[in-house]
Amino acid sequence: MTGGSASRRRLGRSVGGRAVLIALASTVVFFGAIGWVVVHSPGWPVVQRSFFDAERFWDALPDSIARFRLNVQLFLIAEVLSLVFGLVLAVLRSLPGPVFFPIRALAVVYVDFFRALPGILVIFILAFGIPGLRLQGVTNDRFFWGIVALTLLYSAYVSEVYRAGIESVHPSQEAAARSLGLSRVQALRFVIVPQAVRRVIPPLLNDFIGLQKDTVLVSFVGVVEVFRTASIKSSAYFNFTPYLATALIFIVVTIPLARFTDWLVARDRRNQLRGGVR
Amino acid sequence: MTGAGAALRIEGVHKSFAKLEVLRGVDLEVAEHEVVCLIGASGSGKSTLLRCINLLEPIEAGRIVVEGLEITAPDADIDAIRRRIGIVFQAFNLFPHMSVLDNITLAPIRVLKRPRAQAEADATALLARFGLADKRDDYPDRLSGGQQQRVAIIRALAMEPDLLLLDEVTSALDPELVAEVLEIIRELAGQGMTMVIATHEMSFAREIADRVCFLDDGVILEQGPPERIFGAPEQPRTRQFLARIVAAGRL
Repeated sequence: MTGGSASRRRLGRSVGGRAVLIALASTVVFFGAIGWVVVHSPGWPVVQRSFFDAERFWDALPDSIARFRLNVQLFLIAEVLSLVFGLVLAVLRSLPGPVFFPIRALAVVYVDFFRALPGILVIFILAFGIPGLRLQGVTNDRFFWGIVALTLLYSAYVSEVYRAGIESVHPSQEAAARSLGLSRVQALRFVIVPQAVRRVIPPLLNDFIGLQKDTVLVSFVGVVEVFRTASIKSSAYFNFTPYLATALIFIVVTIPLARFTDWLVARDRRNQLRGGVR
Repeated sequence: MTGAGAALRIEGVHKSFAKLEVLRGVDLEVAEHEVVCLIGASGSGKSTLLRCINLLEPIEAGRIVVEGLEITAPDADIDAIRRRIGIVFQAFNLFPHMSVLDNITLAPIRVLKRPRAQAEADATALLARFGLADKRDDYPDRLSGGQQQRVAIIRALAMEPDLLLLDEVTSALDPELVAEVLEIIRELAGQGMTMVIATHEMSFAREIADRVCFLDDGVILEQGPPERIFGAPEQPRTRQFLARIVAAGRL
C-alpha cells in the first residue's frame, strides 16, 4: 500500500474517533436529561418503589426465567409450523390459470382474514371456544390451542413475505426452467422457491421477533408463562417490579435476533454488490 | 418441401401483446440438420417467434409442429415436447442459486429421470468438450458473460434436444466474448444440430446459415440462401435493412 492510502486511513480513524466522542457526549447529555426529569418528577419515589424494587426483582427473576421456557416452546413450535404452512399458502396463491381460481381465492381470504383479526381474539376464540364445544377427542389444552392460534395468525404474515419473495424472482427464471421441460410445480420447487426463500430470510426473522413477543398473549387464556408469572407475583405483592424482569428477559432474547437479522441483511447486500449469491 | 421430414413446421402463427400484433402470420419450415438464421430490426418479432415455438409465449392462431408432434394441439403434452426443444436466451437465465453442474443436471435428473451419477458424468463431459471443465463447481455469477452463455448452451444440450433455438445469444456480451460463444454454435452446426438462430451478427449468419429469413413487421418478408439474401435481396425493405447494417459497419 502507498503512504497516501495509509495516511488516509489514519485520518479516517481520527475522524472516526472524534465522531465516537461526540456521539458519546450527546448520548450522555440526552439520556442524562431524561433521567434527571424522571428522577425529579413529583411521583418518582412511589414509582421507584413499585417498579424498581431490587428485592422483588431478584425474587421474581428465577421463576420468570423458568416460566419463559413455555414461551420459548410456544415460539419455536409456532415458528416452524407457520414457516411450513405459510409457504404452502404462498405457493397455492401463486398457482396460475383459471382452474386454480378457487384455491387462490381461498388462500387470499385466509390471509386477509387472519391479518385483520387482533391476535388476542383468535387466541380467545380457539382456546375458550373449541373446548366449549365439548367435542369428543378434542383437547382442552390451552397451551395447544395457543400454538394453533399463533400458527394460524403468523402463517398469514409469513405467506405474504414468501409471496413477495416468489414474485421477486424474475419471470425469465421460470421461462428457463419450463423451457427445459420442468413442470410448473418442478420449476417452483427447484428454481423459484429456493431463490425466493433466500431473499426473504431477513423479513421472515422480523416477523418472528413479533411472534416471540406475541407468545405473552397466550397468558390471557390461563397458560402460566412468563408474563402470567409476573402478573401473579405483581398482584401478590402489589408491586410492578416482576414485569421489569419479564421485560428484561425479552430484551435479552430479542435484541440478538434483531442484530442477527440486520447482519443477514447487510451480508446479502454485500454479496449482491460482489455478485455472489450463495 | 413436403414437411414429412421437417424438424419444425410453423403455420400461420399470430401473436399479440395487448393491442400490438407482433407476429402476423408466420410460416416457416426447418428441415433436419438445417441451420436457419432469423434477421431483422429490433421489434420485428424474431425473439417472439422463438419464444412461441416452445410456447413460452402462448399464440393466438396457427400451428406449430415439432418432430411431427403438434405442440399447439389442445391435448398436447407441452412439457414433453419442450424437452425436445432447447432454447438459449439473450440474458443466459442461468439459475443463480445452483452451481454450474447443478444448472446442467437439473433437467436431466428431474425431467428425464437420469441417475444423478450418469447426469453428472454427462455434464462433466460436455463441460470438458467446451473448455469449461474447471468451472464445474462455480456459481454462475463467478463466470464471465461468455462463460455463462456457454454454460447455458450446455444446459440446453444436456437434454439432447432435436432442435435448438438461439435467441440473440451474443447480444448481451462484450465484443471480446462473442467469439467463444459463436465458436460453440459453429461446432454444433458442423455436427448437424438443427438450429433456429435469431441474431444481429450478420457475418456469422452469412457464414453459418443454410437459409436466412428476413423478418419485417411480424412476417417473414424474404428468405433464401445467405448468398442471395445478403448478396441480392429482392425486397426493398430487406435492401434497406442491410444497407443500414452495412452503414453501421456490422457486415
